[in-house]
Order: sequence, then C-alpha cells, then structure tokens
Amino acid sequence: MADSPLFQALHMEMAHALCGEGEQEKGLGALEGVGFRVGQGLSERLTKEMPSFKDELDVLKFLCKDLWITVFKKQVDNLRTNHQGTYMLQDNQFLLLSQLSNGKQYLEEAPKFLAFTCGLVKGALSNLGFDSTVTAEVAVMPSSKFQVVIQKS
Amino acid sequence: MSRPMNRRQDNHKISRELFVLTYGALVAQVCKDYEKDEDVNKYLDRMGYDIGIRLVEDFLARSAVRKCRSYSETVDVIAQVAFKMYLGVTPSVSCSKTTENEFFLILDKNPLVDFVEELPAGRCSLCYCNLLCGVIRGALEMVHLAAEVTFVQDRLKGDDVTEIGIIFSKKVEDKKHKRKK
Repeated sequence: MADSPLFQALHMEMAHALCGEGEQEKGLGALEGVGFRVGQGLSERLTKEMPSFKDELDVLKFLCKDLWITVFKKQVDNLRTNHQGTYMLQDNQFLLLSQLSNGKQYLEEAPKFLAFTCGLVKGALSNLGFDSTVTAEVAVMPSSKFQVVIQKS
Repeated sequence: MSRPMNRRQDNHKISRELFVLTYGALVAQVCKDYEKDEDVNKYLDRMGYDIGIRLVEDFLARSAVRKCRSYSETVDVIAQVAFKMYLGVTPSVSCSKTTENEFFLILDKNPLVDFVEELPAGRCSLCYCNLLCGVIRGALEMVHLAAEVTFVQDRLKGDDVTEIGIIFSKKVEDKKHKRKK
C-alpha cells in the first residue's frame, strides 16, 4: 500500500503547532475542525462512484474499510455496535500513533494525535447525512478506540 | 467492492489528494486564527520548515541520491527527484542571469491548489503554498545549505506562472571548510 509521508509529516506538525504551550483545548478543537473538513471532502470523493448505502451499519463499514485504508493504510481491526447508534472502532496499530511510542510512554500526548481523526470520522459521517459525536481513547499505544454515537434527528 | 485495475496509481493519487485536502483545511484554520496575511504566511513557512528538517531524512532514505556538488545539482534534485516523489510534478529549473546563487523553480502544475480556484476574499497577499518554501528551506538547512526560499510569482495572485525562488547564502566551499575542523 502506498505510503503517505507528506500527510503523516503534516499531521504530526499540525498536532505540535496547533496544540502549543497552553493552547491544548483550543488546539484540539482546531485539529478536529481540520479533520472534519478533510472527512467531508474525502468521503465525497470516495463515494462518488459508489452506489448509495443500505443503512447506517453499511456507512460505518465503509468508514472502517475504504476510508480507513485510504487514510491509515489498513482497515479497522474491530467494529462493535449496540445496534442503537453507538459504534466502537478499534485499530490496534493506529498509524498516527505508531511513531510516538509502543506502550504507555507519551500517553498524555495521545489526544493531540487523535483529534484530527475524530474530526475526520465526524466529517465523513456528516457528508453522508449523519450527525455524530466521536471520541477516542488510548490505553496502550499504538492501539486506539474511537467511539461514534450517531445522533437521532 | 470491485477493485479498479490501476490500484497502485489510484493509491498514489488518493494519498496525494489526502495531503492536498488536509493542507487546504489547515490553511483555512490558520486564516481563522490570524487576520493578517503576513502572519498566516509566516505560520505556514514555519510549519513547513519544521516538516522540512525531518522530511529530508525520509527523502534521502527513499531516493538514495548521491551527494550534490553544486547548487545547480541540488536544485535539480529538488525539482526532479523530491517534487516528483512527493507531489508527482517536476518543476522546471532556471537560474538567475545576474545572481550566481539564485535559482527558480517554475511550477506548471501545482497539486496543492488542485481544489483552489482563487484566494479567499480579503486574502490577496496570502501565499497559499508557503508551506513549500519552509519545507525546502528546512531540508536544505539539514544538508548544511542556507537559503532564502520564497514565492516569486503566484498564479493564485494573478501572475502567469507559479515560481519559487531559491537564493543560497553560503558558498559550498564553506561546507568543506567546516568539516576540516
């Protein structure tokens, strides 16, 4: 699978630059905003030639497969749902954390490197007609879990 | 899901689009945070510099270019190898007729602006691609070449072409001199 050194370099630099000293909160919001716009644009381009999705689960599968492969060079490892609008996406070798550490070192830095992706997922869903909240958690790097809650309109 | 025939080419294309989309969203965000075009330009240049000082390692590992022995060779490598590798385009190179250490990269195609038709309203001094200047400057510094890198012409600002100017500020001989110490 083709590598993406430019994107990864840009992502890492954005995380550092936008979340500078004492600007963590604002920075995380900014990163999520950037990810949101990218998610909208990317899902638009990826779904252009695709037939429309059957249902919500189908959309999530698209995220876990096509979107994830495009951005993170692999599929999501595990997708779980309660079939009531909440989904858990687990990536055991999350690309954007793999350069940080293996294990628990720099755990406190992790949010900076997850915010963009939370926005990305949110933006992609938004483009496909779903409002959502997306949060991420990391226990041991580089494995991360993204929780997606689809808002009922 | 049916797999398209030219999967590999698609991957490169999509990888680049991801970068271009992300870059565009970043510029939009920085514009939100800074009112003055000058400040946005500086911010993008600074980010580019920080990327460049690290990216050069990736470049040297991937390209296995041998050591350049002149500014001209260096600029050729930037245009024909680096730009090609990372952005899929090969700018043409020219050098100044008056200043020995000044070179120009002319970008006929600039993928960074693929989705940009014009500069946002009220942002006529924005150097949209200023990140590139910082990247080149940072990368050059890591191989012990100090240079000033700026956009000399910009299609987004109404010029005919997009042109990056590189002015080297130290003689290559100095580098050799440094190593002797």
